[in-house]
Order: sequence, then structure tokens, then C-alpha cells
Amino acid sequence: MRAARALLLRELALALRSGGGAGLGLAFFLIVLLIAPLGIGPELGLLSRVAPGLIWIAALLACLLSLDRLFQADLEDGSLDVLALSPLPMEAVVALKALAHWLTTGLPLVVAAPVLALTLALPGPAYLPMVIGLLIGTPALSFIGAVGAALTVGIRRGGLLLSLLVLPLYIPTLIFGAQAAIRAGRGLDPATPLLLTGAITLFTLALAPFAAAAALRINLR
Amino acid sequence: MGRSERQDGAMRLEVEDLTVHRGGRLVIAGLGFAVDRGEALILRGPNGVGKSTLLRALAGLAPPSGGRITLTPDLALEDHVALTGHLDAIKLQMSVAENLRFWAGLHGGDADAALIGAGLEALADRPAGFCSAGQKRRLGLARLLLAGRAIWLMDEPTVSLDREAEAWLTGQVRTHCAGGGMAVIATHVALDLPAARVLRMQRPEPQAAHGTDPFLQGRWG
Repeated sequence: MRAARALLLRELALALRSGGGAGLGLAFFLIVLLIAPLGIGPELGLLSRVAPGLIWIAALLACLLSLDRLFQADLEDGSLDVLALSPLPMEAVVALKALAHWLTTGLPLVVAAPVLALTLALPGPAYLPMVIGLLIGTPALSFIGAVGAALTVGIRRGGLLLSLLVLPLYIPTLIFGAQAAIRAGRGLDPATPLLLTGAITLFTLALAPFAAAAALRINLR
Repeated sequence: MGRSERQDGAMRLEVEDLTVHRGGRLVIAGLGFAVDRGEALILRGPNGVGKSTLLRALAGLAPPSGGRITLTPDLALEDHVALTGHLDAIKLQMSVAENLRFWAGLHGGDADAALIGAGLEALADRPAGFCSAGQKRRLGLARLLLAGRAIWLMDEPTVSLDREAEAWLTGQVRTHCAGGGMAVIATHVALDLPAARVLRMQRPEPQAAHGTDPFLQGRWG
């Protein structure tokens, strides 16, 4: 537990310091959602119809931005060897790093989304399902991303490959997360898509640490 | 965790007929040696002969393609080794003391004692990014002091150290061995370790070097 706490606190500290990239995702999210209405035009009906999808796509891309450094920075300075030989199992290392990524990238998006949704004229009843959807959906983005980051850890400029690997896997979360807000906006019950979003997240939380740890072990050989 | 392992009775690291491939190329073939409690082994040999690969294999990071590495009594090797490689595993955004405190949290050692032991107390609050190469190396080596692992695997530990720091390093290795630890050190310089045995490594026979990596053959061949 002591080791897990030490690693989590280190990850959070590093993310918040210079070159950590914690603010990067949030800044990207802000910019995309603020310029989207400028491109689409001021027609409120159209904006409110595309708002849920836009918010989710922006969240997906914002999460991707800082993922390529998730393990690469540790590989480059030798820390990954130290972590591999530490009393923490590699799976726990992956889970803690992905959790730190979510806390510094995913969680700020959840907080910022309702404010930005105003500029997109999101229908009133859709706010709560959208925030809940983001809250339970974004952890899956960090954990699926961790698998991609582990696979591409040894590749220079692996960010593009990472996007190609990871974005298709984000699709279920995108569909169900956006559907929850869309259905609520039309006055329908958002419970089913929300439950499916949560199910995908639980599935990834259980599986991703093992897949990413296996990929890292091969990359350390 | 692992603090008491030095009190273990007869501990012996044995390598039999070890074969290691790296990137599909045969690097080590038919290597055998043993290190007992309290012994230091110095690896010598020209560049590219496989010293680093051997250390990574001993650490369990590069799985051997043939032969055996055993630690008697029957212990899990990866819980008892500490590795310092070419990279110091230091986070440049964190201070010297923060780096040590993180490792202490991970391994359960005493960060303040290691700070003083490595003579780094004057630099405690300095960001590691502003330390000299020699100071970074000392910080990297200080990790061994707090890891509390019985087997130290050191890859060219004297690089960028001055004479004084080199004397400190050999003193630490002697103390570690006197306390029942072991050290395997790959180095090109003459270390002041009169009791240490020397293992001269040689390149594998050219005809043997054509063999392919059984790891690749077995799974993807």
C-alpha cells in the first residue's frame, strides 16, 4: 500500500509540474469546444443536436494527447526498470499510472464539460447524464490508452500509432456516452446507455492492466 | 519489505549454461558462474560482449533463452535484486530528496539515511535537473542503499564519478558484501575491491551466433 501511494503521488506530482501535460488535455478540450460553434454557426437547434457528440469526441482526443508519454518518459530515464523490479507488480504499476492519468486528464474534463456545454446549447435535461457519462466513461479512456501506450512505448513518435491503435477501441465508450446525453435531451431515459458505459469501463479496468503489463515486459526485454 | 533478507543463511546465485538473445541476436552463450554471500563479481570484456545483457538477465528483465539462473535457497530472484544501469532512473522535475523519498516509498527504505549516506544532503532541495552528471549518478546509486536488496547489479557504475565518489562507491560495495550482500559489477576501470573475483566475458562462437531467438521461433515462427 505504501509503495502504491508513493507511486500515485509521484505520478500526480510529475503530471502537475513542467512538462507533465496535466493541463494539456484540458486546454485542448476548452479550445475545441469553444471554436466548434464558430465553425458550425450560431444556429442553436443544430448546435444542441451535435453537442453531446462533439463533447465526447473532444474528450477522446484530449485524453489521447498526453497518453504517449505515459510509459515512454519512464522508459527513457530508466525508471521503468526500477518499477519493474519494485515490490509492486507490473499490473499495479500500470493501474496506478492509468489512474493518475485519469485524475489529471479525465477528471478535469468532467468538471469543465458542463460549463462548455453552455456554449453548445446542450438541452437542459442532458446535462446530468452527460456529466455522469463522462465521469464513468473517461476512466476507460485512460485504461484502454494505457494498453496502447505500453505497446508503443519503445517507438519514437509513437503518438500517431498510439492513436490508430486506441481510437477504434474508444468507439463503444463514445457511442454509449454520447447516446446517454442525446436520449436525455430528447426526453428519453438515459439509464441503458449509462449502464453500458459503466460496463465497458469495468471491463477495461479489469483487463487493461494485465494487457499493458504484458506489453511492457516484452518492451523491457 | 525485504529488510531481513541479508540475515538469510547460505545465499548463492548460480548461473548455469546461460544463453541470452537480444533482438533476435545471440549475445551470451553457455555462460556459467556462481556468486556466494559476501562476494563481489566484476564483469570484464570488450564493448558489446553482453555485460549489460547479462545484468538485465540476472535482474529478470531479459528472460534467458536457455540455461538457468537460480538463487538458493529457493527464492524469487526479482525480489532480491537491485539494478543500476546506464540510466539513473531520476526524475529531473523532482528534487534530489523527492527522488529518494519516492524510491523509499517504493522499497521501504530510509530516504534520509540514504541522502546522508550518499553525501547528497547539501543538494537535498535542488531539482535533479540542475545536478551535474556525477551528482545524478550518485543519486542513482543511492537507490541501492535504500532498496535493501541482497544482490546489487551495477552496470558501469563509475561513469561520470570523480575519484572521491568512486572511493565512496567501492566503500559502499565493500560494506554491502561484508554485511552478507552480493554485487555483480560490469566495469572498465580498476575498482578498489581486492576480494572481488573477475569474470572475463567473451563473444559467443560465430557459428553459434547464427541461431535464432527461440522466444521468437516458439511463438511467432
